[in-house]
This record gives sequence, C-alpha cells and structure tokens, in this order.
Amino acid sequence: MPALLELEAEYGKAKEDRAFKNELELLQSTYIGRPTSLYFAKRLTDHLDGAKIYLKREDLAHTGAHKINNAIGQVLLAKKMGKKRVIAETGAGQHGVATATGAALCGLECEIYMGSIDIKRQALNVFRMKLLGAKVNEVSIGSQTLKDAINESMRDWTTNVRTTHYVLGTVFGPHPFPSIVRDFQAVIGKEAKRQILKAEGRLPDYLIACVGGGSNAMGLFNEFLSDDIKMIGVEAGGKGIEGGEHAARFAGGSIGVLQGCKTYLLQDNDGNVLETHSVSAGLDYASVGPQHAFFKDSGRIEYTYAVDAEALAAFELLSRTEGIIPALESAHAIAEVAKLAPRLPKDKIIIVNLSGRGDKDVQQVAKIKGIEIC
Amino acid sequence: MNRIDKTFRRLKETDKKAFIPYIMAGDPDIDKTMEHILMLEECGADIIELGVPFSDPVADGPTIQRAAERALAAGVSLRKMLVFMADLRKRSQVPIIFMTYYNPIYKYGEEVFVTDAANAGVDGFIIPDLPPEEAGSLRKSCRSKGLDTIFLVAPTSTEERMKSIASASKGFIYYVSMTGITGTKLSLEDHFRNHIGRLKELSGKPIAIGFGISTPDDARSMASVADGVIVGSAIVKKFHEDPGNAREFIKKLREAV
Repeated sequence: MPALLELEAEYGKAKEDRAFKNELELLQSTYIGRPTSLYFAKRLTDHLDGAKIYLKREDLAHTGAHKINNAIGQVLLAKKMGKKRVIAETGAGQHGVATATGAALCGLECEIYMGSIDIKRQALNVFRMKLLGAKVNEVSIGSQTLKDAINESMRDWTTNVRTTHYVLGTVFGPHPFPSIVRDFQAVIGKEAKRQILKAEGRLPDYLIACVGGGSNAMGLFNEFLSDDIKMIGVEAGGKGIEGGEHAARFAGGSIGVLQGCKTYLLQDNDGNVLETHSVSAGLDYASVGPQHAFFKDSGRIEYTYAVDAEALAAFELLSRTEGIIPALESAHAIAEVAKLAPRLPKDKIIIVNLSGRGDKDVQQVAKIKGIEIC
Repeated sequence: MNRIDKTFRRLKETDKKAFIPYIMAGDPDIDKTMEHILMLEECGADIIELGVPFSDPVADGPTIQRAAERALAAGVSLRKMLVFMADLRKRSQVPIIFMTYYNPIYKYGEEVFVTDAANAGVDGFIIPDLPPEEAGSLRKSCRSKGLDTIFLVAPTSTEERMKSIASASKGFIYYVSMTGITGTKLSLEDHFRNHIGRLKELSGKPIAIGFGISTPDDARSMASVADGVIVGSAIVKKFHEDPGNAREFIKKLREAV
C-alpha cells in the first residue's frame, strides 16, 4: 500500500508537469513513431463485402505493439521518482520487450518476469529482452503464464519498493495502475479520432479491440466513450467455452478479487483461480481490467470472444489480403471483424485496433500447422 | 475477551513473548495438519497461524507457495478447514488465526464466512491482500462475532499509515520485517527499532514480527523488540523436508523467543 500511495501522488504530479509531458510527447513522436497511421484496409473490406474497415496500426509502433506507449510513460515516471530499477511481467513478451526498451533508453536496470510456458512459446521475445539488457526471470510456479508472472512481479516490488518501480503492463492491478495505463494508452484513441475525422469527416460506427488485460482496448475506446459508437471487446475463446479451456472472463467467469482489483475472474467454487487456455499468450489470462468489468456491467462496451481456430484463420486472412501479419492477440479482433463486417451495410465504418505485429508468433503458427521452419 | 487477547495478557503478566508458528493447512494432508497443530501446542506455541491455500499467494515466498500447491492438490479449501476447526476444537483450545487471501472469503460470502468461522472456533484472520481501507465490512462482521482482524505494517509504512493500521488491527499487529532478515547474522538497524517503538507507542497493541525469521537466533533477536515472533517458511520447510527433526527445531525456536 505505501508504494501505491506514493505512486498515486507522484503520478498526480507528473500528469500536471509540463516538462514531463513535453518529454513524453517528444519520445512519442521521435522514438515510438507516433502518430501511428489509421489505414483503410481496402482489400479486406472488399473481401468481407460489408462495412469499411480501418486498422489503427499500433503494430507500426517501435517494438511492434501498443505496449511501448505505456512502458515509455511509466519508465519516465520511474526515472522522475528517482527509482534505479524497473521490473515488469510479460505474457506474450511484448510488454517485456517494451519495458526493456524503455529501461535501455533511460539507463535503468530492468528485470522481467515471465511464465515458463510463455518463455517456450515466445522464445524470440525472450531473446529480444536479453539483447536489450534485461534479465528475464522464469516463473515456474502455478499456471506458469501471465498471472503467475504478475504475482512474482508483485512479490519483487514489495521486497524492493525503495529502489524499484513496477511497470505493470495493462489496465489491471491495484489503483492507480489501471488509470495510469489507460492514460498512457489513450493516445491511440485520440489519434484515431482525429484521423478518422480527417479521412471520413465523421466518427466510426464500431470500434473493435482484443481484450487480455485490456490496455489496447481501453487505449482505443477511452476517447470515444461519450460518443454514440458501438464498442466491442474480444476475449480469447481458446478451445471453446464449454470445455473450460479458454480465457473468456466475461463469457465464463464471475466477480472476484485478484492481484489488487475487483473484476471478472475465472475461478472455481472455492475462489481459486482457474487455469486458462489461449493460442495467444497475451490473452491467456484469468482476469481482466476492472474498467472493462465496469463497462461490461454498465452495458457501454459489448464483449465477445473468438476461439483459437477463428484467430488463426484471421491471422492468415489479414496476412493475405493486406500484407500485414497481425499478432495472434490482434488476430482475435480481426476475427470479430470478419464476423461483423459482412453483416453491415457498406456505409458503416469499423476501426479495429491492430495492437501488435505477428512476427513473434510466426514460429508458433508454423508449429500449429505442422511446418518445421528451423 | 477472546483467546488471542487472553494469550497476550497471560504472556504480559509473566513477562514472556508470544511464539507464533505458521503451517500450511493440508500440507501434505489434513490428518497431518491435525498432528502438527497438536505438536506445536505441546511444544509451547502460544498462537498458531494456519495458512489456508489460495491459488495466487502474492504475499508468500517460494516455500509457502509450494506448500500451497501441495495443499490445493490435497483438496484443501476454506470450507473444509472450517469442518476441520470444529474437529480441532474438541481437542485443543490453542488460538488459531487463518492466514488466507481475500478472494476465497469473497467467494464464500463475507458475512456467512465470518459466522461459520466463529462457530467453528477460529479466532482471527490475516488477509495480506486486503488493506484496512478495503476491509470495512469484514471488520464489522468480525467485531460482532469477537474475531480479530490482523493487519500488516511494513518498514516503509508512514506514521499516518501506521495509525490507520493500528486502529484497524485487533488482537495484535503484524510487523513485516522485510529487509535483511534471512541469514545467520541479523542486524537490528536503528530505523527498524525506532519504527517498531513508534508503532508500539501509537497503537498500544501487541506487535508480532514475521517474514524471514528462520533460526532460533533470528527469533531471539526479534523477540527482544516485539511482543511476539512469527515463524513460517522455516517451519513449513522443516515439516516438508525433515519432519523427523521438526519437534526439536520447534522446541529450540520456542526457547529462543
């Protein structure tokens, strides 16, 4: 708690600090490569023969995913707070890479926690983190995925709080983390709004994003919350909801308290957290950010899921129609687009958040298809 | 006056310190847990902290994490531990504090849980992922049933925070001896001594120190600054790896406190 109170106070100050904002904005434009483009996916639109589809290209941000927006913001905050060391959890490895990148940029020591299973399926990102000078700690307890990596990061943080800032990677965990991460990701929606107004002269009809912890979705949606726009969050349906092998917290979970927040959770009758499954490491998580739980209950955001097979099909669909290989996480959002767009008239507009690029997943997809590539 | 208050009063009158061992319920099974509790009491434990396993024990180190995994595999749950407690109370009146996490209690239903726990003979709770400001309703239920809610103070806690924890904590206050504790040579830094001293002054409640106390020597020096000493991982480890010598180890800890 003392660490959270300190963080809340320091973040409150930083938010109002002109110099902090200038430094962040400069890095956003010159280092991250913002604004990322809003791209009209004409061939995908033609192929699906329905609503117009725009991709918000977070895959083009430095390090290949939206995670860098939050990581750079929090690493700057850590530096401002006088911390010498940053730690982070990672599932797919994108947030780990982003944090390691930020730490290298600011000259901070960096350690990343990652579950054993994720280390195996995201070997490329593990090596990237090491190249960037971070130490990668394997978490071999529990389900050995993102959830356990968060537990281990929290343990590290409580032990080393005097020197260390915990760069939590999604809109999750105890306050103020969900707010901090939302604010640093909100740039996605702010840009998208400006860009769609320029391209179409009006706001879109639908926003679609995948939801693991939910930071890319929150980043896109936040700016549009008071507009008359439908928003859809797409969870990982894994092998299907019925068999229990999934990570669809809204479809298959109930309210609980985990890792410092009250939200929807996949749990058993005793309140123990259940194992999850998804082809995508970044969505393979038993819980979801509390802001999403709020918008689920208020009805402002609709939540659905895509199963592994649908995500894999969308992964190939986008690659072939647009020459863009999406991250498997983002492929879940594309899968929903593939279902929704054909049912809509051609004058409707969808913006989908292409939260990351798929280079990291190529090896795993090859393996699933039974193809040996190295 | 409940069992925990009585214990601290008795100790104060005889100028002694509380020895509070921790074990994980159901590690390796529930029958052994019964044996272990009775043995701890026989060896002079004043209060026993009974870990109830949770899938995501964020406040625990590797030893207790593994113990929780074993206990969950053995099928232990909050519900089963209440049945166990009713059984235990036929054989022992040693004060028992459940240490668990908030979600199992939330899932059970706070108020029903507190009632059931009181009926089963539980004396209090330590819930490390529930800060006092989020514990209003649980504290209220516990107060009405005479159960204690014990909160944690860290060496990094500010004066203001110490005050709020001190007023929320019933039974005793759990002081987390966070840094530089494990190992043979234990140094009681001035900051640490002053911090605990200040906490004593403003709370007027017993203070027990825990986290990382692994040897009789550690226990002895911690007992010199507090009203009680909590030993967890070292005992869990002993029962798991070297159960034959557990009794002797526990006796040594008891003597040191």
